[in-house]
Amino acid sequence: MKLLRSFAAKVVGHTLRLFARFITAVRADWQGIEPVPRQRVYYANHTSNGDMPMIWAVLPPALRRTVRPVAAADYWLANPVRAFVGPEVFNCVLVDRRPEVNDKPMDKILEALDEGSSLIIFPEGNRNMTDDPLLPFKAGLYNMGLARPEIDLVPTWVANLNTIMPKGEVIPLPLICTVTFGAPVHVREGESKDDFLKRAATALSDLRPDVEQPNAAAVTS
Amino acid sequence: MNSTVNMTSATSDLLLLFFGVIAILMALTLLGEVLRARQGIEPNNPVLETYMTRVHSWWGIVLLVGIALMTGRLAVIILFLFASFAALREFLTLTTKAQADHKSLALAFFAVLPLQYLFIWMDWEGLFTVFIPVYAFLLLPIVSALRGDANRYLIRVAETQWALMISVFCLSHVPALMTLSFNGIDDRSVLLIGFLVLVVQFGDLLEYFFGRRIGKTKIAPGLSPKTWEGLACGVGSAILIGALLNWITPFGVFGAMAMAGIASLVGMFGNLVFAAIKRDRGVKDWSHLIPGQGGFVDQLDSVVFAAPIFYHLTRYFWSS
Repeated sequence: MKLLRSFAAKVVGHTLRLFARFITAVRADWQGIEPVPRQRVYYANHTSNGDMPMIWAVLPPALRRTVRPVAAADYWLANPVRAFVGPEVFNCVLVDRRPEVNDKPMDKILEALDEGSSLIIFPEGNRNMTDDPLLPFKAGLYNMGLARPEIDLVPTWVANLNTIMPKGEVIPLPLICTVTFGAPVHVREGESKDDFLKRAATALSDLRPDVEQPNAAAVTS
Repeated sequence: MNSTVNMTSATSDLLLLFFGVIAILMALTLLGEVLRARQGIEPNNPVLETYMTRVHSWWGIVLLVGIALMTGRLAVIILFLFASFAALREFLTLTTKAQADHKSLALAFFAVLPLQYLFIWMDWEGLFTVFIPVYAFLLLPIVSALRGDANRYLIRVAETQWALMISVFCLSHVPALMTLSFNGIDDRSVLLIGFLVLVVQFGDLLEYFFGRRIGKTKIAPGLSPKTWEGLACGVGSAILIGALLNWITPFGVFGAMAMAGIASLVGMFGNLVFAAIKRDRGVKDWSHLIPGQGGFVDQLDSVVFAAPIFYHLTRYFWSS
């Protein structure tokens, strides 16, 4: 049964990847780093539920096997299908965002890092529905960088997904999606939380492709 | 012709053409490899490298189109349907749009595009020649307007219509050539696809080659490195190739030369139009779908521009 489930997870994973490739011709642009198997935290902008599968789909197989997206437990455990796809296909680190829970998200994240996994996180915390490129980052990225300073924090910009699948629409548009990986950042000696988060956010928003600019003005509906 | 093998003349001509093109590609590949070997350890010559990547992508195009043409009508239509899909995806990725356009864009991809190819498959000429310029042109802006967002509305609907005209309407006129018949014989029209693609693409290749060798006067400086000298040589070569290929067409020698020249000329100017659009959007290539070559539209631009004109001239002067 367990074998069957893990086989099914592999099949679903491949299908999702092919589907993403067919619909959005998703492609990786490694600008600041090479796609080599090193422990990393990929931190990305978040505009759509498709963001995480896109990043996951463009990683080369060797990197994909060791990467674990950090995701909200309330979303991925909401029904049996998600409970299969989230933890078993994507191998998510599920964290509980409710403040009253004892189970602290940062403990689970550090635990996953200490097992040697790379992570995908969305430091804005929520999907960005505004016209600004990024929402203010939560402290999590800083805490990770402080606790495990040797790990590369890699800015990862997912372009176009808010147009491909905006909130409230049912049919995804088959437009081309590009995932851009920038040069890694680390917390500097004595750097304050706010300074670091600001610097990390700039490193991420600098990766926006130019072609998004003319459209950005038009998305003020 | 040969009743024992039961092969029509169109099929045997197609095979002959296919193997002829394969032979030319082998010669072009060999030429590039010889030049590469002669250049030795010197730094890579960008013109030669571009030439070689073009020849390589040509192998892919020739094999795909050749196999589709030999398989039959449906295969050709499906091949061009996917080509249109890829082209429309590249085009609409760069156009102006808002969330208010989501439904009309979804309709463009999932209704307009397949319907256009369905009408071609049905041989419904009265509809496939007006479906996008009339019906899609009028109906899609309604869908966008219903969402009540006037911000940059005209730009949004105009760019969407341009994307559909180029990527679906124009490109679909290549397989639409199969709906024509000449003197009651309709299975030879498939050869016209081979003729159109060959004269336009070889004209382009030679235009590039001669432009780099002897080109001086730029046609549109700041837009494209194309020169009048290269253009003249390219169109001249296309006319020559047209004359050599006249046996697969109903045009006759001079007709084939004229059609090849017109198609090649329109194609080259189409290439210029696409260069202007790319420059406007600040991109070098339409996408990265074909490694080292840019996108689908980069490969198809001249054929796309030439196809509707080639179709209508053929239909007006030769079709029966």
